[in-house]
Amino acid sequence: MNKLFMSLREGNARREFRADEAAYCRKFGLSEAQTTAILGRDWQAMLDLGGSIFYIYKLAMMDGLSLQYLGGVFSGMSEAEFKAAMLAGGRTDV
Amino acid sequence: MSEVIWGLATSHVPSIGAAMDRGMTADPVWEPLFEGYQPAREWLAEHTPDIAILVYNDHANAVDLDIVPTFAIGTAERYRVADEGFGRRSVPDVVGDPEFSFHILQQLMDEGFDLTVFSELDVDHGFTVPLSVWTPEPGEAWPCPVIPIMVNVIRYPQPTAARCYALGKALGRAIAGYDGARTVGILGTGGMSHQLAGARSGFINPTFDHMFLEAIEKDPEKLAALSREEYIRQAGSEGIELIMWLVMRGALNAEVRKVHSAYHVPASNTAAGLALFDNRTAQPT
Repeated sequence: MNKLFMSLREGNARREFRADEAAYCRKFGLSEAQTTAILGRDWQAMLDLGGSIFYIYKLAMMDGLSLQYLGGVFSGMSEAEFKAAMLAGGRTDV
Repeated sequence: MSEVIWGLATSHVPSIGAAMDRGMTADPVWEPLFEGYQPAREWLAEHTPDIAILVYNDHANAVDLDIVPTFAIGTAERYRVADEGFGRRSVPDVVGDPEFSFHILQQLMDEGFDLTVFSELDVDHGFTVPLSVWTPEPGEAWPCPVIPIMVNVIRYPQPTAARCYALGKALGRAIAGYDGARTVGILGTGGMSHQLAGARSGFINPTFDHMFLEAIEKDPEKLAALSREEYIRQAGSEGIELIMWLVMRGALNAEVRKVHSAYHVPASNTAAGLALFDNRTAQPT
């Protein structure tokens, strides 16, 4: 899965991925659970199934999503709430 | 004989570079961060070394999980700015110094640090953002040649803080024994507290960060004694990048003079810190 994310740095790979995401996942030998997580953009599942954040972020960037968006997903907040929490000094109590 | 004249520790958050590239440094969200850099930038502009060494980590751009060197050095004549997926930052490529790189490599090898060698290396935001913190407007070229030393902080297990500090000490001896440069600057990058993934994402620990900023100057041994797990617990899973500050600090003298330090929350999801140390033994009056 991390190899798949890494490949998305290339424009051609992003086009191939967009054209048929499931086929692209098969090409990288992903498990069904990993494929489901990617197709459904289940970011927490991607982490749980072995994804590293710096690699997962390649897919998020492709989708136009920020690390604040992902931070919100992981901590149960909207992107706006997460940004506000960071601006207020970050989450110091976790 | 070469002398390390300064050590600069700084966060390397990509959005710091993006804020500069997009002309957003006067934006209310960013202005305090860049204001905090100003005294360090002014001092650094007057103290350009012959060569700099920059300790950093790659973020899934030059290396992936196929092969992860724990410590590595670049020996190239030039290092291209990496395309992290959406084009290269419009900053100059980095000019290296193969002869100095090889000297460091051999000296460190003889001291028992078996570094991986990059003959070719594209440098990502972990490298170019600290250069921008140092030199906001480089024009056609960065102020001097820069040699990359890469540390794995992503793939578990990362090297210990103690090992990073010992590497820095050996690096300091290697620099001192080199005849090809008069003055050297060294940068340790990353940190401060932050966590990007999982339930603790958004974690910031200002108490730890302020302790670290104080101890990196006066008591680095205390920081070198902290375990990997303690860094992750206290500074977050990405806050362990702070071990790279210890490589820089190890290369400096026991006694240094703090020129400036700054701390700001947040740069995106991260506590951004900066510390600049004057390492000259003959201090100008």
